[in-house]
Amino acid sequence: MDNEQIIHVHEGAAGTHEVIHTNGHGDGHHHHKQSFITKYIFSQDHKVIGKQFLITGITWAMIGAFFSVIFRLQLGFPDTSFPFLETIFGHWARGGKLDPEFYYALITMHGTILVFFVLTAGLSGTFANLLIPLQVGARDMASPFMNMLSYWFFFLASVIMMSSLFLQTGPASGGWTMYPPLSALRDAQPGSKMGADLWIVAMAMFIVSSLLGGLNYIATILNMRTKGMTMTRLPLTVWGLFFTAILGVLSFPVLLSGAILLLFDRNLGTSFYLSDIYVKGHILPNEGGSPILYQHLFWFLGHPEVYIIILPAMGMVSEIMSVNSRKPIFGYMAMVGSLFAICILAFLVWAHHMFVTGMNPFLGSVFVLLTLLIAIPSAIKVFNWLTTIWRGNIRFTPAMLFAIGFVSLFISGGLTGIWLGNSTIDIHVHDTYFVIAHFHIVMGVSAFFGMFAGVYHWFPKMFGRYMNNTLGYIHFWVTMCGAYLIFWPMHYMGLAGVPRRYLDFTPWTSFNKFGDLNKMISVVTIIVFAVSLLFVFNFFYSIFKGRKVRTQNPWGANTLEWTTPINPGHGNWPGDIPEVHRWPYDYGKDGRDHIMQTEPVNPGETTH
Amino acid sequence: MSTTWIIVAALLGFLVVFQIAKASEYVSILKGEEKTRKDNNRINAFLLLVFLVVGLFGVWYCNERLKGKILPPSASDHGEKIDTMIWITLAITFVVFVITQILLFWFSYRYQEREGQKAYYFPHNNKLEVIWTVIPAITLTVLVGFGLFYWFQITGEAPKNAQVIEVTGSQFKWEFRYPGADGKLGKKYYKQINEDKSNPLGQIWEDPDNRDDKVVSGEVHVVVGKPVKFIIGSKDVIHDFGLAHFRMKMDAVPGIPTTMWFTPKYTTREMKAKYGDDFNYEISCDQMCGPGHYGMRGVIVVESEAEFKVWLAQKQSQYDIAHASPTPANQSGSPADSTSNSKPQTTNNKPTAFLNK
Repeated sequence: MDNEQIIHVHEGAAGTHEVIHTNGHGDGHHHHKQSFITKYIFSQDHKVIGKQFLITGITWAMIGAFFSVIFRLQLGFPDTSFPFLETIFGHWARGGKLDPEFYYALITMHGTILVFFVLTAGLSGTFANLLIPLQVGARDMASPFMNMLSYWFFFLASVIMMSSLFLQTGPASGGWTMYPPLSALRDAQPGSKMGADLWIVAMAMFIVSSLLGGLNYIATILNMRTKGMTMTRLPLTVWGLFFTAILGVLSFPVLLSGAILLLFDRNLGTSFYLSDIYVKGHILPNEGGSPILYQHLFWFLGHPEVYIIILPAMGMVSEIMSVNSRKPIFGYMAMVGSLFAICILAFLVWAHHMFVTGMNPFLGSVFVLLTLLIAIPSAIKVFNWLTTIWRGNIRFTPAMLFAIGFVSLFISGGLTGIWLGNSTIDIHVHDTYFVIAHFHIVMGVSAFFGMFAGVYHWFPKMFGRYMNNTLGYIHFWVTMCGAYLIFWPMHYMGLAGVPRRYLDFTPWTSFNKFGDLNKMISVVTIIVFAVSLLFVFNFFYSIFKGRKVRTQNPWGANTLEWTTPINPGHGNWPGDIPEVHRWPYDYGKDGRDHIMQTEPVNPGETTH
Repeated sequence: MSTTWIIVAALLGFLVVFQIAKASEYVSILKGEEKTRKDNNRINAFLLLVFLVVGLFGVWYCNERLKGKILPPSASDHGEKIDTMIWITLAITFVVFVITQILLFWFSYRYQEREGQKAYYFPHNNKLEVIWTVIPAITLTVLVGFGLFYWFQITGEAPKNAQVIEVTGSQFKWEFRYPGADGKLGKKYYKQINEDKSNPLGQIWEDPDNRDDKVVSGEVHVVVGKPVKFIIGSKDVIHDFGLAHFRMKMDAVPGIPTTMWFTPKYTTREMKAKYGDDFNYEISCDQMCGPGHYGMRGVIVVESEAEFKVWLAQKQSQYDIAHASPTPANQSGSPADSTSNSKPQTTNNKPTAFLNK
């Protein structure tokens, strides 16, 4: 019932919009009576597309997280059999124990789903769509149609990837990086049969989606800012999303080329990545290819990819911290500058994933230098966040808590990056649990924290209702404790040399000492997963039954999205787009709690 | 059955939590939303402080519990450099970690919303920003300096007297080739691989250097105190020759040989005496290579020169094994016999081309 109310409100807003259009403000923005399909399915409204990305992302996140629960069960309790696994997965878990091939399929899908489908599409897809037009003051994206295509290519990629889960030979299982020759040779493992082809095709569709979206975000930010919205008056969210889009547009095509060459090697008999191979008793004719070439192509995207994941989170966290500290973000220009520096350096560090591939040590040393340089802009950001909350007047909304959690995790995970980026240390901890701990903390959980913060903060803008606070607090505290409990001890496993992607440690005398720890980690994983389901429940329940938003600007924020009606229609502002007169961070200035961007600068106002 | 009960219990738990959350929302409306918000603010600020204290204690506790489980001191000279580098980096990053985490949670607690407290308008300060740009830059320069100093030592040329051993990974085993008395590894070509004819590595028998090369599987022996250089390759997919106790690691890439060298410091016997009889220098595959990846185990035995010589002398050269009995038992019939003579001629072009490379 409440759903219908929302629809009515939407229509109401669209209606007023229509009226104002006919009042002689016809800037070519046409609104026709929309059917359910054009409004909610093939929608060209950026806000609806953002929600589509978010809900698809949440669905994928649940699947990806569920996979991790399954393999954590096996890792934590190697001697126990779980009959329900056989019920769900059939021959993949005969006797209630994971088949090794299925284990590798699970970790591959867990990585692919979370890195690409959740933390790229689900995160920047959602918030770039929702926030860019609202915060720069545009009625929609530069090309709403392309924007719609972007979602539907993502949907297509999702369908293909999902269908690969149901193959007899299983989905791709060469790790989320899909290194050839393992991923190129059908004989090497069952997952390299049909599953790998579907993985490549799904990724190709995904890349198309990402490019369509990214070009649109860039075009919108550069061309469609409202009057007075200079680049230096953009909220940091938009800056974060802007650099994310640039990174994506420049690096995803390289992955596409890498994937296409892999497809050729698999199906057309080419030898881009294959040479001197004898597999399962067959001598292959391919000579002269280089498997390392793939790694270069992959990581040329793969490394910027981690910044594609983290920059939107950084932007949102900056915004949320400032709003809830009632204090301007400290060092706005330094924040933008460090985002820019990260964006440039992101392209120059990819080979630090390859220190032990036999790469020329001199080349390795160059990548050590460039990699550790990234710590400087990262440090600037951390110190600026700390100074932002210093002497603030902090409100701990669930969004703010997640933002603080983000900074804590970003520090913890970022510092171990200094370990791994140094090739000398990397020799020892490369491909061990240390790496798992590092990247899960710094880009996995952190980015999720940024995303949660964004969802809690902008939920009122998305749906005109609040999420339940108590559930939000429970969600935060359990996830925060869980994140450290799961990943902190893994550093020790890594220092003990325990390799990643091992199903069973019993044959090993060096690595089998962590049985209790593995149990603890698995139990915590299950608890965190349960709490995440609680979040998902809270999300969907609140869409329909949440407490209604009654004021236009519930957080007392300065940015433009809070000048729109509570339930904005297509076009966002019923009247003219507001003009901007100042930067978005005038909190606590001249004794006033906050000054909206739309308020003209008073003659007597202090300048900063 | 128990699964059903677990699911039922989980659902009930969900329901209870949800009802409490829902009820708290109604209570907040009754109490006044502003008051509830302030209460929540206080509670969460306090919890952040608790999290800091408990978290730092947890860091210490985790270290106490697990420090005994990480590896014994490095068993190679290179590994000692890596361990030194780890200590240097740990010292710096740990200090930064503690300071920044304390500041983050302390500020959160200290500057929680209070009646009459005004946020301080502090948009930027160039001096501060220069300070925290320059200090990390200097620190990182130091780390890069140390790191590269060790890196070039570790990845530099192996000493001339190093024992050369070739390593070949394949799903899911390790094979090793010793050059024999002449000190030279014979040429090989992957199309010569024929496991049925005892040529697992594809040695080219026409190359005289191959006559005395010895091939062993699973276990490799090296001499304590003598540099050893591994030439690493793979037959099928990428593997990684991982030696956690020596802190060394190098990918095995099909078609592109890689190398690694180090000097082992302690014999296996010494280590067993110190760390228990089940101690072994294990070789792990550290690059995912397929369903059997986690079982791709090998062993390095470090021993004295004398023991090593005795062990190696017992091994027959692969050439002799391959040529002693032209047809191994499982290969029956004439085709194998005839090809054993004709094959070198048919594949003559390719191998010579390879030899000339």
